Amino acid sequence: MKKGKYRLFQLLPLYTLLLAYLIFLLFPFYWTLVTSLKSEKELYGSVLTYWPKTITFESYKKLFVSFNFLKPMMNSFLVALMTTIISLTVSLLAAYAFSRYRFKGRKVLMAIFLTNNMFPTVLLLIPLYAIMRNIGILYTPLALMLSYTTFTIPFSIWLLSGYLRDLPESLEEAAMIDGATRAQAFLKIVFPVLVPCLVATGAYIFMTSWNEYVFAVMFTNEASRTIPVALKNLIGQLGVEWGMLTAGGVITIIPVCIMFFFAQKRLTEGLTAGAVKG
Amino acid sequence: MPRQKINPWPYLLISPALITFFTVVFIPVLNAILISFQRYDLRRPKAIGFVGLENYINIFQDPLFFQSIWKTFLWVIFGVGFQFILGFGLALLLHKKFFGRGIIRSVSLIPWVTPGVLIGLMWRWIYDGNYGVLNDFFLKLNLINEKIPFLAQQKSAFPSVIVTIIWQGIPFFALMILAGLQGIPGELYDAADVDGADGLQKLFKITIPMLKNTIYVTTLLRIIWVANSVDVIFNMTEGGPAYATQTLSVYVFNKGNTLNLGYASTMSIILTLLLLLVAILYLKNIFGREEE
Repeated sequence: MKKGKYRLFQLLPLYTLLLAYLIFLLFPFYWTLVTSLKSEKELYGSVLTYWPKTITFESYKKLFVSFNFLKPMMNSFLVALMTTIISLTVSLLAAYAFSRYRFKGRKVLMAIFLTNNMFPTVLLLIPLYAIMRNIGILYTPLALMLSYTTFTIPFSIWLLSGYLRDLPESLEEAAMIDGATRAQAFLKIVFPVLVPCLVATGAYIFMTSWNEYVFAVMFTNEASRTIPVALKNLIGQLGVEWGMLTAGGVITIIPVCIMFFFAQKRLTEGLTAGAVKG
Repeated sequence: MPRQKINPWPYLLISPALITFFTVVFIPVLNAILISFQRYDLRRPKAIGFVGLENYINIFQDPLFFQSIWKTFLWVIFGVGFQFILGFGLALLLHKKFFGRGIIRSVSLIPWVTPGVLIGLMWRWIYDGNYGVLNDFFLKLNLINEKIPFLAQQKSAFPSVIVTIIWQGIPFFALMILAGLQGIPGELYDAADVDGADGLQKLFKITIPMLKNTIYVTTLLRIIWVANSVDVIFNMTEGGPAYATQTLSVYVFNKGNTLNLGYASTMSIILTLLLLLVAILYLKNIFGREEE
C-alpha cells in the first residue's frame, strides 16, 4: 500500500514531463494530418478548429488529380531504390575489407571515408551542378543517385564495418579450414547473420534519399523532380496550398515511418555503437 | 629478407567505393576550389574565366557574408545547445522504467527521420500569421493581444526557425545519450545510494562524467550537421525577411540558386574551413580510440 502510493507519487511528474515532450514532438504531425483532412472553407475560416468538423479527402484527391503527385512519388521511389542498391553493394564490399583485412593504407582510406561526412553539402552542390551540367546528366535521375552516394556510401561503410566487427571471425575461419573459400565462407556464414543489418542500413539510405532536398531542387526539373521539391512547389505566387501541401506531407512520411519502425532497433544499435563505445 | 606478398583483395574490394569517392567527392572538391578563382556566373556565360582572388576580395567586402557568419554562429550555439539540454532531459526520462516505454521511445524519434522540407513546411504552417495554430493558441491563453506574423518579422523570424531546428535535433541527442546511459553499470548508482548521494549528485558525479565521450562526439557531429542545414530554413523563410535568417549555408544555396557559382563556391570553401576545426576534433576522437 505504502509502496503503491510512493510509486504513483514518483511517476506522476515523470508522466507529466513525458506528456509535455510528446505533445511538443508530435503536435506538428497531428496538425499536418488534421489540416489535410479539412475542407478549404474550414481551413481558411475565421474560427480555427482543432479537429475537422467534417472529414474530407478533397485535398488528397486534388493532389493526385490536378497536381499529379504520383509522378514525383515515382521519381523519388526510383532514385531512393537505386541509390540504396548501389550504396549497399559498394559499401558492403568496402566494409568487409576494412573489418577482415589488415593492410597498408587501411587507416588513411578509412579516414577518407570518415572525413567525407564532414563536407558541407553546399561545398559539393556547386561543383557537382557545374560538372553534371557539362557532361549532360543534369535533370536526370542519375544526377541525384550519384550525388546521394556522396553521403550514403561513407555512412554505410561506417555502419556496416561496425556490424561486421561485432561478428566473430572464428566461424569464418573454421569454415575456411574445412576447405571453404573466403567467398563461400562469407556467403554461407556471414551474410545470413548480416541480413537484418543490411536491411537497417538499406532503410536508412532509402530514407535519407527519399527526404533529400538541397541536391534535388538544383538537379531536377519538372519531369524528374522528387517529392520534397514537389512539396515546396506547392508554395506558389498565389500563396500556399496548405490543404494539398499537408496531404502531400502525410503521404511522404508514411513510408518513412513504416521503414523506420522496422529498421529502428538495428539502426540505433549501429549508430550509437560508434559514439558510445570507448 | 623476402619481400612480403601484398594481398590484392582488400584493395579490390574497396576500389568501387574509392572510385565513386574520387568521382563524386574528390574531383568536385578540387573543382570547387577552381571555381572559386573564377568569375563563374551562368547568367553571364560569356564572362566565365579566371579572375584570381576577386571572389575572395568581394566576399570580405560583403556585409551580408559577415552577417551570415554571425547568424550561423547563433544558429549553432542556440540550436545545438538546446538540442543537447532537451535531448538529455528526454533521454533521462526514457531511461526510467514505465508502461509503454518501447513505443514512446520509437515515436519520439520520428522528427529525426522526417524530411527537412516537411519539417520546415509544417512549422511554417504552425507559425502562419493568419491561420497559424500558434497564434490561436497564444490568443486563447491571453499571451498576446493580436496575431503575430512570426516568420515575416525581422525580430521573431530567427528565434522561430531556431525553435524548429531544436525540435528536429532533440531525438538524435536523446538517442545517443540514452544508449550511453544504458552502458553505465548499475552498481555505480547502488554504491552512490549506499553513500547517501542524492539525485543531483548522482547526475553530476556519475551520469555526466560517464557520458562525457558520448556527449562530446554527438555534439561535434550535431554542430557540423546543424551548420550545414539548409532545407529547414529555406523552406520556412528562404533566408528572409531581409536576410534575418540567412546562415552561411543558406547564403551559399541562395547564390547557387541564382547561378552565381563562383561566389557560392568561394563562400562554401570558407564554410568548410570554419568547420574544419570541429571535424578535426571529431576525427581525433574516433581514431584516438581505434589506437587503444
